[in-house]
Amino acid sequence: MPDTQNRYQCPGCGYTYDESFGDDHEGYPPGFLFTDLPDDFVCPDCAVRYKEDFNLVLTP
Amino acid sequence: MTTYSIDTADQSTVNYTDQKRWWWLLSLVNPLTPLFGIVGHWLTGSELWLLVPLGMMFIMGPAFDWLFGEDENNPPEILVPQLEQDTYYRWLTYLTVPVHYITFLAVAIWVGTHSLTWWGFIALTVALGFADGFAINTGHELGHKRTKVETWLAKIVLAVPAYGHFWIEHNRGHHRDVATPDDPASARMGESIYQFARREIPGAFHRAWMLEHERLCRKGVPVWSIHNEVLQSYMITVILQVGLIATFGWIMLPFLIIHNFFSWWVLTSANYIEHYGLLRAQQADGKYERCQPHHSWNANHKYSNLLLFHLQRHSDHHANPTRRYQSLRDFPDLPSLPSGYYGMYVVAYLPALWFKMMDSRLLALPHINGDLSKININPDSLDAIQARYGQADA
Repeated sequence: MPDTQNRYQCPGCGYTYDESFGDDHEGYPPGFLFTDLPDDFVCPDCAVRYKEDFNLVLTP
Repeated sequence: MTTYSIDTADQSTVNYTDQKRWWWLLSLVNPLTPLFGIVGHWLTGSELWLLVPLGMMFIMGPAFDWLFGEDENNPPEILVPQLEQDTYYRWLTYLTVPVHYITFLAVAIWVGTHSLTWWGFIALTVALGFADGFAINTGHELGHKRTKVETWLAKIVLAVPAYGHFWIEHNRGHHRDVATPDDPASARMGESIYQFARREIPGAFHRAWMLEHERLCRKGVPVWSIHNEVLQSYMITVILQVGLIATFGWIMLPFLIIHNFFSWWVLTSANYIEHYGLLRAQQADGKYERCQPHHSWNANHKYSNLLLFHLQRHSDHHANPTRRYQSLRDFPDLPSLPSGYYGMYVVAYLPALWFKMMDSRLLALPHINGDLSKININPDSLDAIQARYGQADA
């Protein structure tokens, strides 16, 4: 597992993909990097926004 | 009446009172419509009462939409979070689930214990099918939400019309592919509802199964297992419907077949009118532009929206699929239907009338302006449409 875990947020509905948790329901285990998600990944909650629309959440 | 209030950064206060707050109870009691027929039959002995529920849907529905008109009520965006947190609204969706079960079982018992004429049987069963088609609407509202309670209630209510795959197909398939040729749940210009149904019903099932198959494979879980969210709802359906056959005998078989078909048909009808001919542009990378408000048809009529948890404010729903029904807004200049869904269903069942009414309305939309290349056209109808309305721009 990499040292730095990032969070990415859907700009439409606010769903957040947190690499440290992955997304168990969708079948992505903890530590699964956002960049490794498939190119056709869409937001699991709203399905309106594509992978490239997600914003990196900056934590202070 | 609850008033929501917030102080803004410029020292002003925004207030909003939802004038429809108590009127939303209509969505809760709407599934009870077939019981009017049963009560009338019980009190008078006349099976003519069994025709009343269909009349309430398809005569009273469009008439009340015409009578009560459109809805100016729109919540201010800044107060939407407060409106979403008000649990009254979500309790109405929770309680609609048992209402669907009560109606379904009451009608099944009535059919199973009375010797009805063939037409009385069909009228009551078809009316129940339409009422339980609205169970798909209830499942739609619940299935879009993120809480476990709501997603489970969606699976439970979708078991009534035997359409448990809907919320997977809809949330992860239809919302991704809407208004594109790839979507079996978006109708194409020139496609009649009868052609559309043959593409939509099997296409929806196939897409749901494939999406669930992919998800379970990623998790390393067998597809044929309790973890399959399509099968979870189907199992409730099997218990419910096999239980009725075991209790009341083979009369339940035609009853359930007709009921299930017409429940599915309601969804087909809604899908048909919600995106007819609308098309998202394809980008250079092959992906489609993100869904915009002009990719859905809307009906802002008060009466039918109050029966359907605001389903007809469809553009805002596709822009914000997780937004709760009480917060959905209407906007000026959206593609709009001339009547609410009840009236437009009737028009859709008469393809010549539908094409006459809707094709010119589609072509006149500002973002299309007669350009056939911006329309999702049925390939089989392309030559006829080009001959009638002109060539698509290259």
